[in-house]
Amino acid sequence: MEAPRLEMRDISKEYFGNKVLRSVNLSVAPGEIHGLVGENGAGKSTLMNILFGMPVIRNTGGFEGRIFIDGEPVEVNSPYDALELGIGMVHQEFMLLPGLTITENIKINREIVKDNLLSKLLGKKLGILDFERMRRDARKALDRVELNIDEMLPVLGLPVGFMQFIEIARELDKDSLRLLILDEPTAVLTEKDAETLIEVMKKLSREGISILFITHRLNEVLRVADNITVLRDGEVVGKLPSSEATIEVLAELMVGRKVDISARARRGFEEDAKPILTIKDLHVDMPGERVSGLSLNVQEGEILGIGGLAGHGKIGIANGIMGLYPARGYVHVANYGEVELNSPLSALSSGMAFVSEDRRGMGLLLDETIELNIAVQALLSRGKFLKKYLFNMIDRESIRKHALKMIKDLDIRCTGPNQIVRRLSGGNQQKVCIAKALTLEPSILFVSEPTRGIDVGAKKIVLDLLLQLNQELGVTIIMTSSELAELRSICDRIAIIYRGRLQGILPVDASDKEFGLMMAGELSAVKEGVF
Amino acid sequence: MAKDEKVLSSTSNNMHESQKNQFELKWFLRKNIVPVFFFVLCVIGGYYSGLPLPFLLNEIITRMARNSFLVISLIIPVLAGMGLNFGIVLGAMAGQFAYVATVNWQMAGLTGFTTTALLSIPLAILFGWLTGILFNHTKGKEMITGIILGFFANGIYQLICLYFMGNIIPIKVPSMLIPGSIGLRNTLDIKPMQYALDNLLKIQVKIPGHVFPVSIPVATFLAILALCLFTHYIVKTKLGQEFRIVGQDMHVAEASGINVDRVRIIAVILSTILAGLGQVIFLQNLGNINTYGSHVQVGTFAVAAILIGGASVKKATVGQALLGTLLFHTLFIVSPLAGKNLVGDAMIGEYFRVFVTYGVIGVALALHAWQSLQEQRRIALLKADISGE
Repeated sequence: MEAPRLEMRDISKEYFGNKVLRSVNLSVAPGEIHGLVGENGAGKSTLMNILFGMPVIRNTGGFEGRIFIDGEPVEVNSPYDALELGIGMVHQEFMLLPGLTITENIKINREIVKDNLLSKLLGKKLGILDFERMRRDARKALDRVELNIDEMLPVLGLPVGFMQFIEIARELDKDSLRLLILDEPTAVLTEKDAETLIEVMKKLSREGISILFITHRLNEVLRVADNITVLRDGEVVGKLPSSEATIEVLAELMVGRKVDISARARRGFEEDAKPILTIKDLHVDMPGERVSGLSLNVQEGEILGIGGLAGHGKIGIANGIMGLYPARGYVHVANYGEVELNSPLSALSSGMAFVSEDRRGMGLLLDETIELNIAVQALLSRGKFLKKYLFNMIDRESIRKHALKMIKDLDIRCTGPNQIVRRLSGGNQQKVCIAKALTLEPSILFVSEPTRGIDVGAKKIVLDLLLQLNQELGVTIIMTSSELAELRSICDRIAIIYRGRLQGILPVDASDKEFGLMMAGELSAVKEGVF
Repeated sequence: MAKDEKVLSSTSNNMHESQKNQFELKWFLRKNIVPVFFFVLCVIGGYYSGLPLPFLLNEIITRMARNSFLVISLIIPVLAGMGLNFGIVLGAMAGQFAYVATVNWQMAGLTGFTTTALLSIPLAILFGWLTGILFNHTKGKEMITGIILGFFANGIYQLICLYFMGNIIPIKVPSMLIPGSIGLRNTLDIKPMQYALDNLLKIQVKIPGHVFPVSIPVATFLAILALCLFTHYIVKTKLGQEFRIVGQDMHVAEASGINVDRVRIIAVILSTILAGLGQVIFLQNLGNINTYGSHVQVGTFAVAAILIGGASVKKATVGQALLGTLLFHTLFIVSPLAGKNLVGDAMIGEYFRVFVTYGVIGVALALHAWQSLQEQRRIALLKADISGE
């Protein structure tokens, strides 16, 4: 039997004692299209970073296991090595220069030059670019991906769909290309463009190029892939030929049941009972997390979970409503009225508060004390903790009193209210963020990715804290999280966002299949009750 | 979403076209607001200065010949995404050190000038290399780093000139040193090398109706032309392409296997070499060196000039550099006299000169900021229009 084009054997990887890949095996035959599916954080990116020799792997202690290309053991220490071995990668984010032409982008760092006197003396870099030949090569590559566009157009202003094909053309232009990695290539494409892409992939595989296709769209992977590997929590949980797979099987494998739903009684919240927050046709222009036309009602006193895959806009919702990214649409808070968008102050005065997913960047003043971090937002937006003389003076005493209370109530482990926030652990920093939000005495609290980057023990404490706030203080909580298990453990209902819009709201005890399908945009399958 | 973007790009192109056709003048003004603004200032200043035309032309030509080289040296770092290289002050120092050496060797004429120019190159490479390393550690803050580096380097320069020269570094010519002490004098006479390049080939052009002719230092302008061609050539090579790629996105450059740090260092070295040569040309025209002052404002003046020409921290061309040099120095010549004639006080004239130098940088930067704000608004409006459907 022919040796596989790519074989990754027993790949394990740890980030600071946290195992993200456990003995992963992956094998791709020549000319095979291999689908790799898994939730965010399942380890797909880490696996690809290892294969592509990204510096981040080496800088964090390397990995265990071996890689074979066409049966030969290889060392991939840098992206350059990967390119030499004929591995091409189309990254999830665009790697194109908008100011340059398509030709220049395709030939990036592989430009063809004409020799002249200076270049003969001082090296090839001083040769003048041979645009004629570069154009011809670019044309050839573009024809292979069936993109009929002038190769001398600048990339700026091209539709995103075109950009994806240009990236693939760039990889194809490398003569040695043997294995093409496509990371979420259809995420930004329209149905029609995705269709074309699938055709192109099939054509390339007939030419003998192996393709590793990473995606969330289960129907596409089923259509195009020969074999499918499913990753979950850093482990291969399924490996099957696509002829034997169905969307339901994949969805179930992908999501899996990780945590038992706590025994707490769920309250039923009717969609149109008495909304405390009404969102209509919300658009948020947050790069990478665009919200486009979301409508949603939030009931008073509930914990609403917002889930969905990365890049579909779930993070953008809270950021847009709180005025941190340009937004338009209609947001109404009961007992306040319409909230002015693009104005953090208006959002705060309507009784909403936000614990940002970007804890260290947006949420905290890292080099200030705990007490100041807790007080600063209330101080600036509500005029709390001020002594009103001729000028407003900060009332250190009341800040200290409040901070001590918060430290006690939320059990922030620290040396005292004067400690600098940077020195706290992730979990305790998150508690400071929550304390800061609580100081505003919000009626609605947005919490984004509350457990990101904190250890397992602290996760539970943070989640319990949120639950406690909801039950004891009656704060309505809207929690956004990439971890479904986390949403399920404390929320009353879970809204799933897909492509910037509400795909549907599920009860927490809905099956894994339902969640998996809904996240993958297979709403119709859910509605029709195929499973 | 992709469909929206398609509509957006096509609409934006259409808008662009129609705007261009309907409001040709308005579009032109908006695109070139900075040079147009300063051109108007120059015309007003020229009128009120009352200077005769041949005098004005002579002054402008002299200053163009003197300064163009220094301004053009700023282009390559802009291309490589490093902003305006205030670090060319170090290039100027390299040129001055080279003069100290050739004056000390008592060289003169074209030989002396050529030796000075050649000698400045290795020094500039060293200084540029060090600057480049520093810039690589302060990515995104190259401009402010360059300014501060200029101050810091000035300290070391003064140490060398004041304490090392005539002490650790032997100086043969006593008249170069402070009498009865060590260290270089305030003014270094380079009369033997003055006009070495300018007078190599000089033509006089009579202007009808005026007595004094306008003289043009052809050789100097040929050197500037050669530099323009060189810059143009570099832009078209693979190296130039790498500058552009690094300038647009270092991350993408890295992922395509380009050694980003190396490319940036090459850009700074080239810029520093050109600035060194520029300072050598500048000083051969002046005929003496203000040992502790000639280099200090080189960066500020060159940056002001290129900004006036319509360049920005992200985009600069040879044409902008030349136009900017022309406008800046015209303004520099006419503003003191215009100020004096308008207000009637010589001191006010001097104030105008200083004000112009620093003021233009501020005004040019503000106008650029206004321009890009307008552009952003236009795009935001378009986006809103389209997604509103």
